[in-house]
Amino acid sequence: MDVFLQTLVAGVLKGGLYALIGIGMTLIMGVMGIINLAHGQLMMLAMYVTFVLNTTGVDPYFSLFVAMPLLFLLGVSIQKFLLNPLIKADTILPENQVLMTVGIGMVLTEIIRFIFSSDYKYITSTYSNQTFFLGNISFSMALTIAFGIAITFTVAMFFFLIKTDLGRSIRATAQDKDAATLMGVNTGRITVITFGMGAGLVAAAGVLLAPVYYIFPDLGGPFTAKAFIITILGGLGSTVGAIFGGVTLGLAESMGATYFGMEYEDIIGLTIFVLVLLFLPGGFKRLTKV
Amino acid sequence: MKKNLLPLAVAGLVAALPLVMRDDYYLHLMILFMMWVVIGSAWNLIAGYTGQVSFGDAAFFGCGAYTAGLLAHHLGVSTWWGLALGGFTAIAVGLPFGWICFRMRGAYFALATLALNEVLRHGATIAEKFTGGMVGILIMPSFMSKIPYYYIALAMAVASIASLRWVVRSKPGYYFVSIREDQDAAESLGIDTHLYKMLALAYAAFWTGIAGALYMNYMGFIDPTVVFNLHDISIMAILVGIVGGVGTVYGPAVGAFVMVTVQELFRSGFFGLFKWLGDVSGSSNLAKVAEVLTQAHVLGFGILVVLVILILPNGIVGDWPKIRKRVFRLDAGA
Repeated sequence: MDVFLQTLVAGVLKGGLYALIGIGMTLIMGVMGIINLAHGQLMMLAMYVTFVLNTTGVDPYFSLFVAMPLLFLLGVSIQKFLLNPLIKADTILPENQVLMTVGIGMVLTEIIRFIFSSDYKYITSTYSNQTFFLGNISFSMALTIAFGIAITFTVAMFFFLIKTDLGRSIRATAQDKDAATLMGVNTGRITVITFGMGAGLVAAAGVLLAPVYYIFPDLGGPFTAKAFIITILGGLGSTVGAIFGGVTLGLAESMGATYFGMEYEDIIGLTIFVLVLLFLPGGFKRLTKV
Repeated sequence: MKKNLLPLAVAGLVAALPLVMRDDYYLHLMILFMMWVVIGSAWNLIAGYTGQVSFGDAAFFGCGAYTAGLLAHHLGVSTWWGLALGGFTAIAVGLPFGWICFRMRGAYFALATLALNEVLRHGATIAEKFTGGMVGILIMPSFMSKIPYYYIALAMAVASIASLRWVVRSKPGYYFVSIREDQDAAESLGIDTHLYKMLALAYAAFWTGIAGALYMNYMGFIDPTVVFNLHDISIMAILVGIVGGVGTVYGPAVGAFVMVTVQELFRSGFFGLFKWLGDVSGSSNLAKVAEVLTQAHVLGFGILVVLVILILPNGIVGDWPKIRKRVFRLDAGA
């Protein structure tokens, strides 16, 4: 029983981080209808920002205030100078934007590899290895903090989208771009802001993950895949769905790792992905209607 | 007839090439080029003509390569059986996948192909007893000389282009294009879009699988990270298609030539130009540049993706009128 509970706790804690990764993706996907295949690479970039700051003695969690604005600006420029011009281009394949994000992801990975080489880096902080116990269940300090911050961001994001004017404009653009334009929403600007916010959110996830994970250039790809699976699980453009999706994936991975073996971790995620697409197209959003 | 003249002349030239040039290095590049013509043409049918962009060509490539490798490894038969059977294995993997995943559209399908490749790669890594896992499969090449491989690859390249040409001018070819342009309209006109998408996928899987089997025979070594590689196989296939021209018959051939050249330029540090310059001038900086360039081929790919999509979204063949117009304008201005 203890093993089960321990796995459950580990899965939920990991799920909180996954939710944060997924929200950025789901926003971009919902508003622009494109899949950002450079999402994990943006997170990797934020982790390296944290790493560099940490070598100069900055606390990893303080890097949130540096990494998030930086990645926001990067996201804004990507959308403005690389993705938006493609909408006007006359091409046969509508997937050009997706391909473009693949190219951006490759460029980011390789630039980082140039600067830092492919070596694994670690961030050493006082709480990286700390744990505390509730009963027989151990909680990783860093993951618990990360979970707390991730949930805060997620809830803040939810209210931002529901209550504020900008949030309403974003949701309007996601629902129907043409109608939003007719209602006076500057949809071009909204897409730029949304991509920036998505990048900022995934940067937060990267900073929170940095103290408990290795940092290496190729880390982006697997996390892009995870973000995508979470988004599909949750349903496009749904923040609540992204939370459910993140926790589900976190749980499935840790359960799979405990009961099947570590090497099956990634396959389990992909299997869930295909199963959800087949039996629940539209994701959890369809069940909750939020 | 006039339209066929240029491709026929090029094919003739390529066939005559080994008579005058016997340098193994250039023959090797030509063999790779012809292998990419096959893969690029296959990608162009499923993505360029049918509009179902595949990010997972490596899955079929790997199926073909592992068919050849495993046959030799377990049954001890010649790896050349792979050339006959590899394509069918790829179809056997592709059809159930397509049956499930073709209900997804556009980018979702693209991601499903990505997932297929990942599953196969993990599968091939985990099933160590059967596939050798990360150790891979090593075979003895059948020929010492590169000439036989050269002509086999050439025959495959010509056959793949000819079959692509034949398919896109047949009735299903027009169905494919109609699915790309508007799937709902095609459906309402009575075209079984699901069936025709499966046919296009089977075609692409078949040729990509055969190319994979050729790779096994020629290179003599495979492991999961080599053949199920996202960057070096799947993305390269997309680039070959896009650089050459999406939805054109001869585009992939042009694209394959450009991409193999670019890849080799980076890999060899611009054919040793910078190293040579460094040696001549005695400057250690230039030698350093050569070293950096050699490591940068994926970066070069990435930048190329970005530039090509921004400037030539329809590829060299597809945007040829545009290129010509621009060049003429430049001439007139100067």
